[in-house]
Amino acid sequence: MLDDIAIRIRQNIGLVTAILLFCALYIFYNAAHPRGFSSAVLVQNGDEIFALAMLAMAQTVPVLMSGLDLSVGAVMTMVGCFASYLLTGAAGGAPLHLDMFGVHLGLGTFPGGVSGILLGIAVCLAIGAAAGFINGCVVVYGRIQPIIATLATGAVYIGIALFLRPTPGGKIDVDLNWALTNSLGDFASTVHIFDDGAAAWFAPFAWIPVPFVLLVLIPLLVWVPFRRSVLGRAVYAIGSAEGAAYMSGLPIERAKIAAFTLAGFFAGCGGLFLAIQTSSGNADIPQAGAYTLNSIASVVIGGTSLLGGTGSAIGSIFGAMVLRVISFFFRIFDIAPLLQPLFEGVILLAAVSIGALGMLRVKNTLELFR
Amino acid sequence: MPVADPTQSAFLELAGISKRYAGVRALEGVDFACERGKIHAVLGENGAGKSTLIKIIAGVVQPDSGRMRLAGSEVSFATPSAANAAGVVCIFQELSLMPDLSVADNISIASPPRRFGLIDAKAQRRRAEELLSEIGCEDVNPLRRVRDLPLSRRQVVEIAKALGKRPQLLILDEATSALTSADVEKVYAMLARLKAAGVAILYISHRMHEVEALADRASVFRNGRHIETFDKGRRSTADIIQLMIGRDIAAQYPPKPARNAAKPVLALENLCWERQLDRISLSIGAGEIVGLGGLDGQGQKSLLLALFGVLRGVTGRLTVADREVRPGSPAAAKSVGIALVPEDRKTEGLMLPMSIADNLAIASLDALSTGPFIDTGRERTAIQRAIARLQIKLDAASDAVSTLSGGNQQKVVLAKWLMTDPRIILLNDPTRGIDVGTKQELYRLMRELADQGAAILFYSTDYDELIGCCDRVVIMYDGRIVRELEGDDLTETNIVASSLNVDTDTAAGAAHA
Repeated sequence: MLDDIAIRIRQNIGLVTAILLFCALYIFYNAAHPRGFSSAVLVQNGDEIFALAMLAMAQTVPVLMSGLDLSVGAVMTMVGCFASYLLTGAAGGAPLHLDMFGVHLGLGTFPGGVSGILLGIAVCLAIGAAAGFINGCVVVYGRIQPIIATLATGAVYIGIALFLRPTPGGKIDVDLNWALTNSLGDFASTVHIFDDGAAAWFAPFAWIPVPFVLLVLIPLLVWVPFRRSVLGRAVYAIGSAEGAAYMSGLPIERAKIAAFTLAGFFAGCGGLFLAIQTSSGNADIPQAGAYTLNSIASVVIGGTSLLGGTGSAIGSIFGAMVLRVISFFFRIFDIAPLLQPLFEGVILLAAVSIGALGMLRVKNTLELFR
Repeated sequence: MPVADPTQSAFLELAGISKRYAGVRALEGVDFACERGKIHAVLGENGAGKSTLIKIIAGVVQPDSGRMRLAGSEVSFATPSAANAAGVVCIFQELSLMPDLSVADNISIASPPRRFGLIDAKAQRRRAEELLSEIGCEDVNPLRRVRDLPLSRRQVVEIAKALGKRPQLLILDEATSALTSADVEKVYAMLARLKAAGVAILYISHRMHEVEALADRASVFRNGRHIETFDKGRRSTADIIQLMIGRDIAAQYPPKPARNAAKPVLALENLCWERQLDRISLSIGAGEIVGLGGLDGQGQKSLLLALFGVLRGVTGRLTVADREVRPGSPAAAKSVGIALVPEDRKTEGLMLPMSIADNLAIASLDALSTGPFIDTGRERTAIQRAIARLQIKLDAASDAVSTLSGGNQQKVVLAKWLMTDPRIILLNDPTRGIDVGTKQELYRLMRELADQGAAILFYSTDYDELIGCCDRVVIMYDGRIVRELEGDDLTETNIVASSLNVDTDTAAGAAHA
């Protein structure tokens, strides 16, 4: 039994390292923060972490297959722009005014109130998943390398986002914004459950930020079942040895499409949250690019090999949190924000170097090039 | 236990199976049958068609013609999974495991136990434990990643994976080659149980003592043809060797000059690496062509890679022209005058999309440069000389090297190294897959290079070629040099017998048979 635990730790050393690194950094951060260890700081950090954590999960799935998805930031941006029309809380949603093309798109049948918001969320997530599904189809049926396929589709998704929001704007239902970006207590009082959050049993949980709850729920409800499905197993097998996976009779094409669809779904979650958090839609191209690159960095820090086959989305969440916490330090210590990319780069280099240590054990150097 | 098929008729029958790869005959008109409850050995030299035979049976490749019947009804398998579904399971030489997945994941990869649609990790682990204990290897922890297991344990996992598919016909292709002797005993016991339960077993092995210990029947293949099938004890080892060799028309080889004791250019002493090279000592003189023989995978390729600086952790002494060297990379090996024509022409020998000229010059760019810049004039002259010397047939040197035929591609690889003016030339099966005409040109060239003072170490899977080209042949078995053959001793019978590591008396019997 102890043996089993030792094996599991050794096999997930990347994940363990990321968790320990995050804990150390975060405790240090809170200790140094004037209002450290308070719900308010936690809530603020949770909001800032969430979207990148989702994108890191999204990036993990193709990376496990030894592919890269360069469209995750674009999908996030596009879904955010859709959300700024669909989640206004008003019946009918906001009509799309696109004067330059003279197009008028109305969503007249869209219901208002809670049912409208729930439907809007579902549609946004479906759009994210559909974008990922298209990526998967291009990769599988177009026989195009993931990196180039998603570079192209990503540009298309950004194009759609610009089409929807030539300038930042739109609106998100105020209650929705309040309920999802604060603590559980605020959530309960907004949606009127647990006696508006005043129930005695609920008090010990009321301080927990909603984004952190979502960060536990989404992996638990989506990632864990996927990893234990045959398709999830196939994704790992493809990244490990695609030939052997094929010869073992695994559904290679379906697994690839599923992997990209899941990536689109996670990226959609990120975009949805970002729109809710900022109460607007913004087709911000530099931001989309930065999120994509940071998602790759998070995956690597979280212990997933870019060669595929090993790692997990859970590790990537911690990778994203490590990356974000580093930026938090710039706020409490008097460091020029211009130094931030430098520090992030050094941390990333260190993380990647640890991953490359295994190469030193290879006895046949020809294998390094296969 | 009673045999499942009471009529005792063949379980698997092949009739008139033929297969060609790019015009090269691999199998021709093969009729073959095996029965339930019998272990059937398949024997033959390298390239006799054994691998193609089992690939066809296991659904990896499709035959060009012929029919296959399983349990009386006609079948044709489009994929390995189709063959598995019919109860035909093969344990391949090249392992089919996914290194990053755990042992339990690998064993149940094709059809994992499920609960509520998701993989049931506990049941999967139990299944792995059961299967491993069936083989008697409970010590493998199903949680371990395959990557972290030694080769011998990986092979155990591979066997457990095959067993988990509940085979009716189990094919083992050199499946015990990497096992430790303790595990071999356990696998034998498992095979005996399967046999008693009525499973048909096809067993491919190069180890004669294994075949003698296990097999109920044996079939000998040669040059893609089924030669003979016989029951255990009907043929002596000497007979079997004779059947494997047959009589083939010899190719034309350039005459060998009389040898005079030349100073060794290359000398190895007690070279060891991992478990694949075991105290190799050998010296090659200037002007000498030394053959490396033996069955596939006995360490010959590792020896060439070790000399070329590719392997880490090699121990022992290596001297080139009386100076001790320790090349740590191909670049270092090149600088002391060693050249290697590698195993895989398409990935290790050439950069296929680059031009013929670029490929030719790539190893000698240092010599063709002035400062940091390549001297294009000198480069062009050198390339023209190389093309003329090897008579490479091409339209333009600026064409991609991938447009050339296999034989001409191999000439480019060789020419590339000749441009570095090497003292020691290592050849890893350079004539594989090229036409007879080009082969003969290569033989002539090898002798010419030797006459000019190069020392050549030549690994070939073709015994005929070793006999025709080499001054001396060393035979490797299990990482060791087991025999050195020279002069009149350099016969096919001796090579085959030494390759199988059977004693010389048996070999002598075969020679007179």
